[in-house]
Amino acid sequence: MTIALPALGVPRKHKIDLSWPILILFAAVLCVLIILPMSWLFYYSLVDRSGAFTLGNFETLFTDPVFVQPLITTLILATSSSIICCAFAAPMGWLVARTDIPLRRTVRALVTASFVTPPFLGAIAWELLAAPNSGLLNKIYRAVTGAPQDEYLFNIYSLPGLIFVISCYTFPYVFVLLANALDRIPGDLEDASSILGGRTWTTARRVTIPLALPALLAGALVAFLQAMTLFGSPAILAIPAGFHTMTTKIWSLFNYPPKPELAAAASVPLLVLTVVLLRAENLILGRRGYSVVGGKQGDPRLIRLGALKWAALAFVFVILTCPVFFPYGALLNATFSRVATSFVTFDNFTLHNIHFVFFELSATKLAVKNTFLLGVASATIGTLMALVIAYLTTRRAIRGYRALGFLATAPVAIPGIVLGVGLFLSYARPPLVLYGTLWILLLAFVTIALPAAYQQLQSAFRSVHTDLEDASRILGSTRLRTLRDITAPLLRTSVIATWCFIFVGVIRELSAAIMLFTSETKVISVLIFDLNESGDLGAISVLGLIMLAITFAVVIAVNRIPGFGDARLRNA
Amino acid sequence: MTKIRFSRRNVLKASTAIAAGAVVARIGAPVRPAQAQARTVVAEPITPALIEAAKKEGKLAFYTAMDLPVAEKFAKAFEAKFPGIGVRVERSGAERVFQRIGQEMDSRIYAVDVVNSADGAHFIVWKRNNWLAPYLPEEVARHYPAHYYDPDGLWVTTRVWLSSLGYNTNLVKAEEAPRSFADLLDPKWMGKMVKGHPAYSGTIMNATFQIVRELGWPYLEKLAKQRVMQVQSSTDPPKKLALGERAVMADGNDYNLIQLKEAGQPVEVVYPAEGTPLVTGPSAVFKSAPNPNAARLFQNWLHTLEAQQLLVDFARQHSVHALVKEKPGARKLDEIKLWKDDPVGVEKASEEIKTRYAQIFRV
Repeated sequence: MTIALPALGVPRKHKIDLSWPILILFAAVLCVLIILPMSWLFYYSLVDRSGAFTLGNFETLFTDPVFVQPLITTLILATSSSIICCAFAAPMGWLVARTDIPLRRTVRALVTASFVTPPFLGAIAWELLAAPNSGLLNKIYRAVTGAPQDEYLFNIYSLPGLIFVISCYTFPYVFVLLANALDRIPGDLEDASSILGGRTWTTARRVTIPLALPALLAGALVAFLQAMTLFGSPAILAIPAGFHTMTTKIWSLFNYPPKPELAAAASVPLLVLTVVLLRAENLILGRRGYSVVGGKQGDPRLIRLGALKWAALAFVFVILTCPVFFPYGALLNATFSRVATSFVTFDNFTLHNIHFVFFELSATKLAVKNTFLLGVASATIGTLMALVIAYLTTRRAIRGYRALGFLATAPVAIPGIVLGVGLFLSYARPPLVLYGTLWILLLAFVTIALPAAYQQLQSAFRSVHTDLEDASRILGSTRLRTLRDITAPLLRTSVIATWCFIFVGVIRELSAAIMLFTSETKVISVLIFDLNESGDLGAISVLGLIMLAITFAVVIAVNRIPGFGDARLRNA
Repeated sequence: MTKIRFSRRNVLKASTAIAAGAVVARIGAPVRPAQAQARTVVAEPITPALIEAAKKEGKLAFYTAMDLPVAEKFAKAFEAKFPGIGVRVERSGAERVFQRIGQEMDSRIYAVDVVNSADGAHFIVWKRNNWLAPYLPEEVARHYPAHYYDPDGLWVTTRVWLSSLGYNTNLVKAEEAPRSFADLLDPKWMGKMVKGHPAYSGTIMNATFQIVRELGWPYLEKLAKQRVMQVQSSTDPPKKLALGERAVMADGNDYNLIQLKEAGQPVEVVYPAEGTPLVTGPSAVFKSAPNPNAARLFQNWLHTLEAQQLLVDFARQHSVHALVKEKPGARKLDEIKLWKDDPVGVEKASEEIKTRYAQIFRV
C-alpha cells in the first residue's frame, strides 16, 4: 500500500491540485440532494400554518391517537417482518452458498425475480390470492374442504397479512447480503478448522456462522428499515383492513386541505429511528472489514447434504412460491380472465385487459416512457457518482474523503416518503421549481439509490486488493493506466450490477414518486397505484407484467453490452 | 354560485314533494326553460375554426373522477370524431383530483385542460379562486335546464348518478338482501360489507354528507362497528362485489353496478328505502389550460347529444340534456326516492367530514 503513494518523490508543482474542486463539487451536489430537503423538513415540522415557531405538531403527533396508533403499528410491522425475513432468508442463503443443494443458479435467479418485483405489485397479487372471499387460494381451500362460503384460510387484509407480504419482498435483501457474505468467506479458514480436527458442523458453527453474523445483522436491519418505510403495500392492504401505518398516514396528510407541517413532523420519527438503528449497527459491528478478493484466494467449500439435499430444495421452493410462483400465477390469471379472481377457463378467457392497457388506457405510453427514461438516467448518473465517490474514498485520493463518504451514505437514513416530502417542500416553490418536471423524480431516485450504489462499489474497490494495483504501479504504470488495465476490468461486474440495481430500484419505487408526481410525470408505479384505487385489477396485472418485462429486458441487455462481459444481477 | 343553487332549490321545490324531512328531487321531471336565469356569456357552437385551432394543439389533458373505462371511452369517441387530437385521461378519486389540481396550481404547473369531477363543491372553490374559463357550449344553452350550468359559463353538469347499495347475488338471496341503510346495521352483515372513502372519492364525500344530514353521525358510528372493508374510489365497491370479495356494498356508484350486471356479473343494485344520495358531476375548462382550444372543443363535445347519449347508453348514468333518450328498461330517476345534493353544504362541511370519518373508521 505504502509503495504506491503518489506524493513520494514526484514533485507536482506545475499541476493544479484538483482534489479541492472535486471535493467541493461533489459535496455541494450531495448537500443539495440531502441537506436542503431535510432542512425544509425540519423547518416545516417546527412551524404552524402562519409560519410561527411551535412544538404543537410534535405534540399532536405523540398524543393524538390518530397518529400514535400508526406509529405503534409500524413498529410491530417492522420488527416482525425483520424477524421473519431472517428466519427464512438465513437458512436459504446458507443452503445456496455453502451446501451442494441442486439448482443453485435457478434459486438465485428466482430470488432475483422476487427482488425485482415491486412490493406494491406483490401486494396486489396477494390480494388476488388471499383476499378472504375472492382470493384464489381461499377458493381452492373451500373447494377442497367444502367449507361454507364465508370461511377462509387466509385474510390478506390484516396486520399479519401485511407483515407476510412485506416479508415476501424484503427477504431478498437479507438473502443476498448473507449469501454474498458466505460466498466470500474463503475456504482457507474452514480448511484450517478441518485440519485442526473440526468436523463439518463444528467448522460451520465456529468459523462460518460467526463470519456471517455481521451480514445477518445488517440484513435484519435492512429488512426492518424496508418494512418501516414501505408505502405501497400498506396503502394497498392496510387501508381496506382499517388501519394506517406511518407512511400511509403521512401520505393521507397531503389530502385536501394539505397539512405539510404535520406530515413533516410525522416524518421525523422515521428519520430519527433510522439514524439511531444505523448508528447501533455501526457500534455493534465496529470497523470490521475483510479484503477477500486478493491475489490469492481459496474457494469456499460446500457441505455435502447427501439425501437431505432434496428436502432442502423442497424447503427453498416452498419459500419461493410465496414471492414468485403464486403471485405471478395470479397476475397471469387475472390478465386473461374476465373476472380477476376467477380461474381462466374457455368461457371467461379474454384479451380485453391487454387491449385496454395498450389501446385504450391513455396514460400507458407516457408512464412507460417516463419510467424507462428515469430508470436509465438515474442508474447512469447514480452509478457514475457512486463510482467516483467510491474511488476517492477507498483510495483516499483526496483530502476530506471521509466527509464525502458520509454524505454519500447519509440518504440511507432517509425513508423514501420522507425524502419525497422534503423534496416537495424544497422544490415546489421559487427560486427553484422542479416539481412538475422529471428532474425532481430524478433527484429523488438518485438520492435513494446512492447509499447502496456507493456501498456496493466501495466494497468492490476494497475487494480489489491494492496488491494488484501496486504491482502495476511498481512495474511502471501510471495511476490512470493502472485504473484502466487493472482496476476497471476487475470492477466491471460490480459496475453493471450497480447500474442494474439502481434501475430496478427506480422501477420499484413508489413512496417518493407518490409525493412528487404530476399528471405529466407519472411513472408506472404511480399508474398502478391509481388503478388499484379504482379496483381495475385486470389492467394492473397487464401493466405489472409489462413492468417486469421491461426490467428483465434492460437487465439482460445491459449485461450483453459488448466488452462488458457477463454479470449477474446481484447486490452486495 | 349561491344564487344558482337557490334558484335550483326553487325549481326543486316547485316540482318535488317534501315528505318526512327528505327532499325528493326529480331529475327526469319537466324543467323550466333556460331563460329563467340571466346569462352573462354567449353560447358557442363547434366551429371549423375551433376544430382547426384544436388540431394545431393536437392534445389535451382530461382530469376526471369517472370510472376509468368510461373516461377512456369518451376519450376514444372524441379522438375518433376529431382525429389528430389526443386525449390523455388523468383519473383518480375526485378528492385526489382536487388535491392534485390545487397542488399543481400552487406550484404554477398548468397541466389540466378540462376537469370532470364527482364533487360539485370543488367548482365553488375553483370559481372562487378564479381558475375557471367561461365557456358555454351551444347545446348546453339550448337543451340544459338552467340550474345545471353556471350563468357565467364556468361549469356545466355533465352527468348525474347515485350512490346506492348493492349485493352479490351469488352470496345473498334477493329476499335477504338489505333494503335500507338501517338494514346494513344488522349483525348478519358484520365483516361482509365494502364501502368507499370520502377523503378520496367525491361520490362518497357527497353521499356521506347526505347520509349525515338525513341519518346523522350515529348511523356511521354504528356502521363502522360492522367491520366494513374500506376501499377508496366509489368505483371500487361495485368491483369488489362482482369479485365476490364482499357480499354487500354500503355505498358506491350505482352505474358501475348496472354496467357489471349488464355484463352478466352476479350483482344487483338496491336503492335504499330512506332515500338515495344523488351526485352531480360538473365539468369545466381551466383558464390556464395549456391547450385552450382543444379544451373548449372537448368541453363542447362532451355536452352534445352524441356524447350525452353515450353517457346514458354506455356509462349508465343520467344526462340532463333534454333530447337524450333513456335506455329502454332502465330505472328512471323519478321512480327512485332521492336525496338532494348540496354542493354548497359539502364545500362547508368537507373538512369536518374527512376528520370525523377518519376518527370513526380509523382510516
